[in-house]
Amino acid sequence: MEKRIKITINGETTEVQPGTSVLDAAHQAGVIIPTLCYHKDLCVAGNCRVCVIEIAGQKRLAAACATPCEDGMEVLTNTLKVRNSRKHIIELLLSEHNAECTSCYRNGNCELQKLASDYKIMTQDFIDLIPFKNFTIDNFSPSIIKDDSKCIKCQRCVRTCAELQSVNALTMAYKGEHAMITTFFEKSMNDVVCTNCGQCVNHCPTGALTEKNYIEEVWSALADKNKFVVVQTAPAVRVGLGEELGFDPGKRVTGKMVAALKRLGFYAVMDTDFTADLTIMEEGTELLMRLKDALYEGREDVKLPLATSCSPGWIKFIEHIYPDFLGHLSSCKSPQQMFGALVKTYYAKARKINPSKIVSVSIMPCTAKKFEAARPEMRDSGFRDVDYVLTTRELAIMIKQAGIDFLKLQDMSFDRLMGESTGAGVIFGATGGVMEAALRTAYEIVTGREVPFENLNITPVRGMEGVKEASITIEDPLKEWAFLDGVQLNCAVAHGLANAKIVMDAVRDGKVKYHFIEFMACPGGCLGGGGQPIPTNPEIRKRRAQAIYAEDAGMPLRKSHQNPEVIKIYKEFLGKPLGEKSHKLLHTTYIKRTNF
Amino acid sequence: MEPISDLIRRLADRYGRERSSLLPILQGVVEQEKFLSEYSMTEIARELNLPAADVYGTATFYSFLEYKKMGRYIIRLCKTITCSMKGENQILLTIQDLLKIKVGETTPDGNFSLLQTNCLGFCHKAPAMLINNEVYNELTPEKVRDILTSYINSNGGGIKNVNNSST
Repeated sequence: MEKRIKITINGETTEVQPGTSVLDAAHQAGVIIPTLCYHKDLCVAGNCRVCVIEIAGQKRLAAACATPCEDGMEVLTNTLKVRNSRKHIIELLLSEHNAECTSCYRNGNCELQKLASDYKIMTQDFIDLIPFKNFTIDNFSPSIIKDDSKCIKCQRCVRTCAELQSVNALTMAYKGEHAMITTFFEKSMNDVVCTNCGQCVNHCPTGALTEKNYIEEVWSALADKNKFVVVQTAPAVRVGLGEELGFDPGKRVTGKMVAALKRLGFYAVMDTDFTADLTIMEEGTELLMRLKDALYEGREDVKLPLATSCSPGWIKFIEHIYPDFLGHLSSCKSPQQMFGALVKTYYAKARKINPSKIVSVSIMPCTAKKFEAARPEMRDSGFRDVDYVLTTRELAIMIKQAGIDFLKLQDMSFDRLMGESTGAGVIFGATGGVMEAALRTAYEIVTGREVPFENLNITPVRGMEGVKEASITIEDPLKEWAFLDGVQLNCAVAHGLANAKIVMDAVRDGKVKYHFIEFMACPGGCLGGGGQPIPTNPEIRKRRAQAIYAEDAGMPLRKSHQNPEVIKIYKEFLGKPLGEKSHKLLHTTYIKRTNF
Repeated sequence: MEPISDLIRRLADRYGRERSSLLPILQGVVEQEKFLSEYSMTEIARELNLPAADVYGTATFYSFLEYKKMGRYIIRLCKTITCSMKGENQILLTIQDLLKIKVGETTPDGNFSLLQTNCLGFCHKAPAMLINNEVYNELTPEKVRDILTSYINSNGGGIKNVNNSST
């Protein structure tokens, strides 16, 4: 065992591993030190100074997050000097912060506001600098609003964009009092390499970066008697929503969420998991077709590996950074957009509703979905397929506004027609889920047997490791797939765009031979999405993932091709996977974008 | 003049393609172009495989890396305390009057840009200014008029050593 070192915190001795920061040691010992620029997902920056502490024998205060423990160190976290310094630091931050809290989207969930409240900043000893600066708000993006007047330059967004996502849309520019967080040539977030993933929004401690919300638009639609407002909910929402409404992380609130949506007045509450199952049918078939073309027909122009296309953040990333690889993307729309296209065609026909009167809303753990829904390609139903996209957070706001006591709600189930799903659809919300669902179905199509994993749980593709690999050897396939006999299907899963970049670089350089890769823009997959409750951190992501897999395990049907509504829609409407109608409604194209 | 993309490739060959090569390359482009255009920065980003935003962040951090279009001659007048006390404002007014531009502007013929700078280290010979890389100090309105006139008369060809023996 490694040698442990002893330090005292406020007079109490505690033992820690070498290399532990004073901040972590204090938290282990039950001493809370306030932080602002610190985030568990990110490298230490030590720039906000809110976590200052006193170390015996040192004249200057030190930042607890950036100070490693040393043997015999005596740390004091609650001296008069520390408290006054912290208070001054918070006051200084506030002097450069537009503290109009009542009109701020993050009112009530702002880390700076909480610090000001904890330390009771009642006076203003420093000049308010906001009126002297000329701030503009960037709200051109359909997903993200950037308001520099609320920025405290902690650089969590910059580190998120660089470390977690390798996108680097945001940077620190200028210096001193002119320093600001901005994009290339201060362009709008809409005009740069930004993927709209929203991780910066999720990591921002204040209201400087927020999602563009469509709450009022949805309320207006709900109030319109001439409209049929239908809603779909993504798999990751049901394991995150509870956190905003009084439950601990990892609580599944599927039934309560459906009940709440019905109370909000939606005409029908449906499930994106249904189109997740549909995605598997389409994408699985696409994979098998490409394998057939490559291995049986011997065609060399077949683009393998096939990359998944469910994550709109990932789509925009590949369009910007690897435009030469767009042919590798599955042409399948994301489940949200498949749903949108079907609601205004299949559903409208079945329910005998004029599709022009349908308002299609989706609840997503994602800010990039807002951008995706606005893409010009996404109008195959003849209308805009998805009218409004709300994040998990926005739904929670609506539930609170409606005066619904979420904790007391009785569970309800999704409406039928596009409401039925399988466990395979549910696990779309976690990293590795699309891969697992696809393998469950594809293997069975090819061999007629279930995947050779206990209880259908393909554990190698689960978990929070950045890049996961799995191989399945196809043995004894059905006659029509005989050419796949003995073929080892190599799969990879990457989540977080930084990991996606690692995999894509390896693919580009020919270092790996994969057949199928699942990419998710956000760490942990959709359950760690940019639209999920704040905070999201490694521990919370793990709990949400456990909830997703528990939901899957509890489903009676766990393979997409078993979904009775999927079988029905192919029989009555779509024909067959990759058929003509599917092609028109469920598939899309991509465009090349610039890399800055 | 060398095309910018060629220049950047040549600079990268010379200084390397590491992150740490960025600054000398930025300086090299500014040397020729006087400023870093959007195009220069995306080309540098591509050549070094760096995010364009990082190139922009670096370029805006350093005072002598301009990122707006500049004239052939960039006048940088020192605005720090000593120069200010020794009549910097008179010099500024003279330059503005002669060139008909304000601080931050460029003459319509694209020859002169006027900027203010922090201390040039010539406090003992204040007030001081830079025109591109040439230092002019102990300035008086008459002297600065002579200097600028010589630049104008040389049709932008550049003239050095105008009463500048003390540097």
